[in-house]
Amino acid sequence: MVIDKVKKVNKVEERVKNEKASDMLIGKWVKCDNCKEILYKDDVHKNYSICPNCGKHFRLSARRRIKQIADEESFQEIGTEIHTKDPLKFDGYLKKVEALKEKTKIEEAVKCGICKINGEEAVLAVMDGNFMMGSMGSCVGERITLAIETSIEKRLPLIIFCVSGGARMQEGIISLMQMAKTSAALAKHNEEGLLYISVLTDPTTGGVTASFASLGDIILAEPDALIGFAGPRVIEQTIKQKLPEGFQKSEFLLEHGFIDKIVDRRDMKNVLAELIKLHKKI
Amino acid sequence: MISAWEKVSLARMAERPKSLDYINEIFTDFIELHGDRNFGDDKSIVGGIAKLDGMPVTVIGEQKGKKAKENMERNFGMPNPEGYRKALRLMKQAEKFKRPIITFIDTPGAYPGMGAEERGQGEAIARNMLEMANLKVPIICIVIGEGSSGGALAIGLGDKVAMLENAVYSILSPEGFASILYKDASKAKDAAENMKITAQDLKDLNVIDDIIEEPEGGAQNDLSSIANNLKKYIIKSIEELNKLSVEEMLQNRYEKFRKIG
Ligand SMILES: [Zn+2]
Repeated sequence: MVIDKVKKVNKVEERVKNEKASDMLIGKWVKCDNCKEILYKDDVHKNYSICPNCGKHFRLSARRRIKQIADEESFQEIGTEIHTKDPLKFDGYLKKVEALKEKTKIEEAVKCGICKINGEEAVLAVMDGNFMMGSMGSCVGERITLAIETSIEKRLPLIIFCVSGGARMQEGIISLMQMAKTSAALAKHNEEGLLYISVLTDPTTGGVTASFASLGDIILAEPDALIGFAGPRVIEQTIKQKLPEGFQKSEFLLEHGFIDKIVDRRDMKNVLAELIKLHKKI
Repeated sequence: MISAWEKVSLARMAERPKSLDYINEIFTDFIELHGDRNFGDDKSIVGGIAKLDGMPVTVIGEQKGKKAKENMERNFGMPNPEGYRKALRLMKQAEKFKRPIITFIDTPGAYPGMGAEERGQGEAIARNMLEMANLKVPIICIVIGEGSSGGALAIGLGDKVAMLENAVYSILSPEGFASILYKDASKAKDAAENMKITAQDLKDLNVIDDIIEEPEGGAQNDLSSIANNLKKYIIKSIEELNKLSVEEMLQNRYEKFRKIG
């Protein structure tokens, strides 16, 4: 990944700029991993972290995502009292998590809250791929479930931005059970007749795909995002051949009937607000 | 004491009874029903209607083969989306006709193939869990061998979740876990010991409700005795659940998964 290389080059700067370390683009210049164009970082950020040259959607931190979606100053975070757990007492796990928190200034792989989107109130959960690849352990499952339950309690629409490498392996079976927990909570949400919009971003895989990501009343995706249950490498090892170009990308899922609409990041906020308005009880 | 790794070997043993062995031993008049009414019939999941001491029930199980040929036919017990969708169809049918549901879990995981992805493996697993959370009939889930990943959980959300004494239930195989976290698949044995995958571990973590005792040396040594233990357990569980109102049962089912970790 080109962005990873850029990150390495700027390691010193990264340490200094702790606050911004959670973003994918660090340093003044960045090379687009799609069109190879050298881009001025500020231009990219002003353009919703989309390559101004080719339209490639770069990965976003939860913090930046919330800024793009929620009305200014409207996001009130919930679930900050829920922290990482270590059910397996897995060697070095909590230490690694603590070090990561310190380095990235991110609390866990999801941020949840209540906010307004073009004036429409909603519960918003945003996963963060910069924290252990957005993997779902107990903390992510608990926070997502709290977001679902808050949405039920307050009779608000629910929006979840997904990005995940899958289950948090270090939490073993407890991480697997978060799939059941979040799906059961969405079953309740569904019975209540409330709106749930799931937004899939690059990459959404594994246990998150096999639970809440796939259960939206409406499922949106960003362009060119990798979305699947099994990762491409696992599939290639299983079938012993290379996967065709574009396999498991947003456009492929749209073609196969598993998402409703691909939405450019620059339009995302307006599309979400419109969908919420269309579901308002008159 | 049998180690976790030894249990992995026992759970995967070719001679170990598979879903159909238990179905034929515990129930009578089993009629297998096929297909998801959408794409095809996945032979890695079997299901149908049977009688349990005279009472009609719906039974569903992930089915591995015992010999090479059968294993190929059964895709080694790794379901495709149509398998989970067949299971869901049969569970909805059970709800319509007010039959309790019994599922047997035994899989190395959901199949990671191209077709599986094209047909929405993730969606199929997710949909099953969402629907199972609300089915208005008792659901008893039993891990009889290998319960691995979302592929197991897709038929594993129930009012009672039990494991056979030597079964294992995990996020993924110890080999997969070792290759990801230890960067060395040959450390599977160490992984198994650290992953908390045995029935006792999972009972301690409140992930399962009960452990069903196996005969000395493992289930393969005495099918009729273990089937008898299972039958008693299933009957007792259904009787217990029948005492609850549907609302109470669903609330308990929700709480059970809500409070895990
Ligand atoms: Zn570009």
